[in-house]
Amino acid sequence: MDLRPRSHPTYLAFVVHRVSGLLLALFLPLHFWALGSAISGEAKLEGFLRWTENPLAKAAETVLVILLAAHLAGGLRVLSLEFLGWRKRQKDMVAVSAGAALLVGLLFLLHVV
Amino acid sequence: MAEPASLKVSVWRGGEDGSFARFEVPARANQTVLDVVTTIQREFDPSLAYRFACRVGMCGSCAMTVNGRARWTCRTHVRKVVGEDGALELRPLANLPVIRDLVADLAPFFDKWQRARGVFQPKDAPDGAVPEDFAVVPPASGARQEADAGIECIGCAVCYASCDVVAWNPDYLGPAALNRAWTLVNDVRDGARQDRLDAVAGDAGCHSCHSTQSCTERCPKNLDPSSAIAGLKRTLFWDTLLGRR
Repeated sequence: MDLRPRSHPTYLAFVVHRVSGLLLALFLPLHFWALGSAISGEAKLEGFLRWTENPLAKAAETVLVILLAAHLAGGLRVLSLEFLGWRKRQKDMVAVSAGAALLVGLLFLLHVV
Repeated sequence: MAEPASLKVSVWRGGEDGSFARFEVPARANQTVLDVVTTIQREFDPSLAYRFACRVGMCGSCAMTVNGRARWTCRTHVRKVVGEDGALELRPLANLPVIRDLVADLAPFFDKWQRARGVFQPKDAPDGAVPEDFAVVPPASGARQEADAGIECIGCAVCYASCDVVAWNPDYLGPAALNRAWTLVNDVRDGARQDRLDAVAGDAGCHSCHSTQSCTERCPKNLDPSSAIAGLKRTLFWDTLLGRR
């Protein structure tokens, strides 16, 4: 794919929105499996939750939070364009969305560490 | 950027399955990409096919893909796009059939304007007769401002060539046709609003847009087709929800 015609902020925002959505969709089965383990016994869920205390799982969790925040912020940006008709400052809105996603990730990280 | 002494120009030759021909062209001060193409045709290869007319950014016929991006070649100074090594890559517009060399066939592009009902349909005189009185259109009204925002399109197809959705779905009407439809939806004198909204509501219409905004990014007139398409989506959403269509 030729990246030259696609190297601009709103295209990057589109890619981030799509890829974050796909990755979150891939995460959902794991999420449901973890929730489902509560049905089969408290000990199993406790064991899984203890496993998630390891640093690698926490790092993955932080990435997950950033993905979720990026998808939400990107979705709100598109909704504002489509439902409110905000024409102006589209690139600023991309920057604000990215900043909000990273800020949420940072807050999560501060809370975790 | 320091200007190189000569330009290494790769020019698309042939049809869809053509290839690049390479020319070394003297670099001159203040030359446009169109100047370079003209130099190649006049001094190196008279068989090179390309299209231009006004040379001053009014007609839009000289649009090509310059170093990967769709541009008007007459309004693109070489120094703005050339690499330090003097490399310049010229192709016909993307997403359109290639006739020959740098000439793309714009027929599918204009066919889609027709499909999007891009023709003004007078409300007061559907048979084409002259209305009895002037329509009063306040310039400050919201609808007129929406129409004015997109009315200056000259149909150069730069947005169409820059749109990934057109590449993914060849039936997609594309940014220019939808922008035209939005200007007419906002024209209080137009009588074909419902037909036009029906025409742009299908699978190949406005709802296929992913808002990558490449059209807005690349439009040489600084128009905003992406917002026009968003306007069509919004109008269709509320009209459908409120049972107005």
